Amino acid sequence: MTSCVFSLSILACGPQLTNSPTVIVMVGLPARGKTYISKKLTRYLNWIGVPTKVFNVGEYRREAVKHYSSYDFFRPDNEEGMNVRKQCALAALRDVKLYLSEEGGQIAVFDATNTTRERRGMVLNFAKENGFKVFFIESVCNDPSVVATNVMEVKLSSPDYRDCNSTDAMEDFMKRINCYQASYQPLDPDNYDRDVSLIKVIDVGRRFLVNRVQDHIQSRIVYYLMNIHVQPRTIYLCRHGESEFNLKGKIGGDSGLSNRGKKFASALNKFVEEQNLKDLKIWTSQLKRTIQTAEALKLPYEQWKALNEIDAGVCEEMTYEEIKEKHPEEFALRDQDKYYYRYPSGESYQDLVQRLEPVIMELERQENVLVICHQAVMRCLLAYFLDKSAAEMPYLKCPLHTVLKLTPVAYGCRVESICLNVEAVNTHRDQSESLSLFPPNVSQQQGLQEGAGDRLAGHHEQPF
Amino acid sequence: MPMELTQSRIQKIWLPNDNHPALPRRSCGPQLTNSPTVIVMVGLPARGKTYISKKLTRYLNWIGVPTKVFNVGEYRREAVKHYSSYDFFRPDNEEGMNVRKQCALAALRDVKLYLSEEGGQIAVFDATNTTRERRGMVLNFAKENGFKVFFIESVCNDPSVVATNVMEVKLSSPDYRDCNSTDAMEDFMKRINCYQASYQPLDPDNYDRDVSLIKVIDVGRRFLVNRVQDHIQSRIVYYLMNIHVQPRTIYLCRHGESEFNLKGKIGGDSGLSNRGKKFASALNKFVEEQNLKDLKIWTSQLKRTIQTAEALKLPYEQWKALNEIDAGVCEEMTYEEIKEKHPEEFALRDQDKYYYRYPSGESYQDLVQRLEPVIMELERQENVLVICHQAVMRCLLAYFLDKSAAEMPYLKCPLHTVLKLTPVAYGCRVESICLNVEAVNTHRDQSEVTCEAKKGPNPLMRRNSVTPLASPEPTKKPRINSFDEHVASSSAALPVCMPQEVPTQLPGQPLLGKACL
Repeated sequence: MTSCVFSLSILACGPQLTNSPTVIVMVGLPARGKTYISKKLTRYLNWIGVPTKVFNVGEYRREAVKHYSSYDFFRPDNEEGMNVRKQCALAALRDVKLYLSEEGGQIAVFDATNTTRERRGMVLNFAKENGFKVFFIESVCNDPSVVATNVMEVKLSSPDYRDCNSTDAMEDFMKRINCYQASYQPLDPDNYDRDVSLIKVIDVGRRFLVNRVQDHIQSRIVYYLMNIHVQPRTIYLCRHGESEFNLKGKIGGDSGLSNRGKKFASALNKFVEEQNLKDLKIWTSQLKRTIQTAEALKLPYEQWKALNEIDAGVCEEMTYEEIKEKHPEEFALRDQDKYYYRYPSGESYQDLVQRLEPVIMELERQENVLVICHQAVMRCLLAYFLDKSAAEMPYLKCPLHTVLKLTPVAYGCRVESICLNVEAVNTHRDQSESLSLFPPNVSQQQGLQEGAGDRLAGHHEQPF
Repeated sequence: MPMELTQSRIQKIWLPNDNHPALPRRSCGPQLTNSPTVIVMVGLPARGKTYISKKLTRYLNWIGVPTKVFNVGEYRREAVKHYSSYDFFRPDNEEGMNVRKQCALAALRDVKLYLSEEGGQIAVFDATNTTRERRGMVLNFAKENGFKVFFIESVCNDPSVVATNVMEVKLSSPDYRDCNSTDAMEDFMKRINCYQASYQPLDPDNYDRDVSLIKVIDVGRRFLVNRVQDHIQSRIVYYLMNIHVQPRTIYLCRHGESEFNLKGKIGGDSGLSNRGKKFASALNKFVEEQNLKDLKIWTSQLKRTIQTAEALKLPYEQWKALNEIDAGVCEEMTYEEIKEKHPEEFALRDQDKYYYRYPSGESYQDLVQRLEPVIMELERQENVLVICHQAVMRCLLAYFLDKSAAEMPYLKCPLHTVLKLTPVAYGCRVESICLNVEAVNTHRDQSEVTCEAKKGPNPLMRRNSVTPLASPEPTKKPRINSFDEHVASSSAALPVCMPQEVPTQLPGQPLLGKACL
């Protein structure tokens, strides 16, 4: 049944997260984590399927004013500077409008200080004229050590300071912050801003003030912001050791470890010991092969059904050859659109993302964690941490017997790949090889049709 | 090396053969919290503390966190059999103040029992707790016992909201059973007044800056959240921020009768039978007659619910999370075929229908986890019609009607019948509307089968992090006259769903050795 007759806006592959597009407006003095929050939140929203983009006014300013000389540019009495900065903000808002009205964007993050009521009033008017919702995220922090850490982490390496030494850069940036202090009008939900939707993040997440959450996506954003933290920690991702089914080329199922897989489990045990971490949480799926792997570590572990491998439905326990033989059309369809393709009576990568979202949320809350999972699952999780698109996700390389070590750094994630030197089969299928064998048949393919339908409906389920 | 694993027969959980009691092993899901938590309600009377307490408790139990409310007002009604007037609450009424303090202490003693000995994970201490002194006492109590504390304060100065609350839940209180509404209202307002002078709201900027709390302001318009300590507190905050008190109606029904229903087959993805299509028409008519503005319609991604929704000629949203329970290897079989091909599985399921997971399939317990985002979104929404499936509908209904894990798989959700749920007072009113289109009966009762089934070896331990319990009955024993330790209450406090033969495991504790098999 391919009912393509949708006279009413019926098809959604999940709940409508929001109807009108939303402008998230960051607020706060420099070095309060606005860009950090903007980027991280945007990464999360895109991963769960809500097209989101950051519009950083500082980048517009760097385009407009090729060379940054000193904090003087930011002095409130510098009329020319003020004018340039205002023009940059307007240019960014024009791009926001394009993104949300014409380019399929659902959420635009307007990343700037927005510290005055005047500026915020301008943004509110802009949004009202265009039928966009507005949600403010203000970061308030007066702990000098936090501010200094931020400056060292992300400001000293900014293009603004490429010709400076650290001390001079730090000194200049502090004066820059000062330029904003006098005119800073924090959000005031008790009075002036009582009708405005906002969250105030105070002291790096110690306290939150939330006002007038309007819809589901704002509620999710608040929940996300309340779960993230900035403590240094490490996340390890790996697959189970090689399994009996891996050896036979069979997908899915619930087989045990092969001999080499058991060797990997031992090697993993040694690796974990060498990492010398205090308090490592270990998570597995509820399939035998991950649990056997964890057992070798002789540490407590938690089983998550949500970490089970993608359900291949009618293709469970088959080899790719068998699938090609018994379900040739399905085989071809999957390679055409591997992210959206759902196995008959099974799952798609898109389904996996929905299933794994609570895992990601809990990973954000935690500190050191080792996740022993499966190929498709690991690709999904990795795509979240490394900001990979839906198109890239199903082709990320996650070989057996290799640990990916992720550490947060600056605005992103550093990833180290550690091969534990135990031989294993290669279960990776590249994109190019398969497409050349099975040229896509554009018009009739259900997968593409759904994708197009999603786009036409301004559908949110399509991570970019 | 061994790495030998055995799969538990009911839940299909892989466990190592060698049981090392020394090492805490695995749980069947993430640890939501380690230490037990006392949630302390704060606020003037008629600010929704008991409403929040009960609703939150219902949610936590449904997601598997054993939670219970301890309402000090109920202890007071036990101690002081007859309520005469607001004079009892006057701050200068020394005897009244003393009785009230003793009631609070009695409730805390029961909190301690519940969390330390009865397997409770969260206790909701429902009282005004409006002074720093009282809250300090609770904090000390928690500290002595190694409990975490999370405050939920409800602040509301809108007189119409307060008046509505009083009319909705106070006038019908046992305190006012001999009063007319006007007198009751007048007395209650004076009662509130007794608390005003000494009310010290939570102060996260200064005095309470190190305390974990959420201030709910003006019925959820604004929130102040301070120092969330762990996962469960984070989930509690998220829940509180999603619920609302707008009147609305939730309709639950199954798809129309399907071809597979006619054949007695479970699962699969068949279309509607002729009678099923008739039901879809009848549902269309029913919805029109309900005359609602803005009805959201949700279906699963299986054909039979979507066909049903199509008859309504209204927009609908498809949720994969609403798909019927996955029967794994038993998909598309009749119960007779299952009994024949998988006799052991058939018997196991009837032994423990909530925890039983079909091989390569799901359990009701898995369903709860899958449906939690649906429940959260239902809380956010207003009028919604959910067209789903038998097991799914039982799960959702168990949430709304506060049914335990043991009851859930046996709730009656017949085809062609709509359940209409409306929030009222502290709970949910349910109306069952049969749309008078014949259909097969797909319900299987518990009693007929369980007494026949041989009790096999003990199933896996039951208590883990996803074990819905019905919110236990409030403890109502008269305590204040005996300050001695009392015998643990009998059936009232223990969750009803625990069959006697199964070993129990206190949540948060590791599975140890043989007890778990």
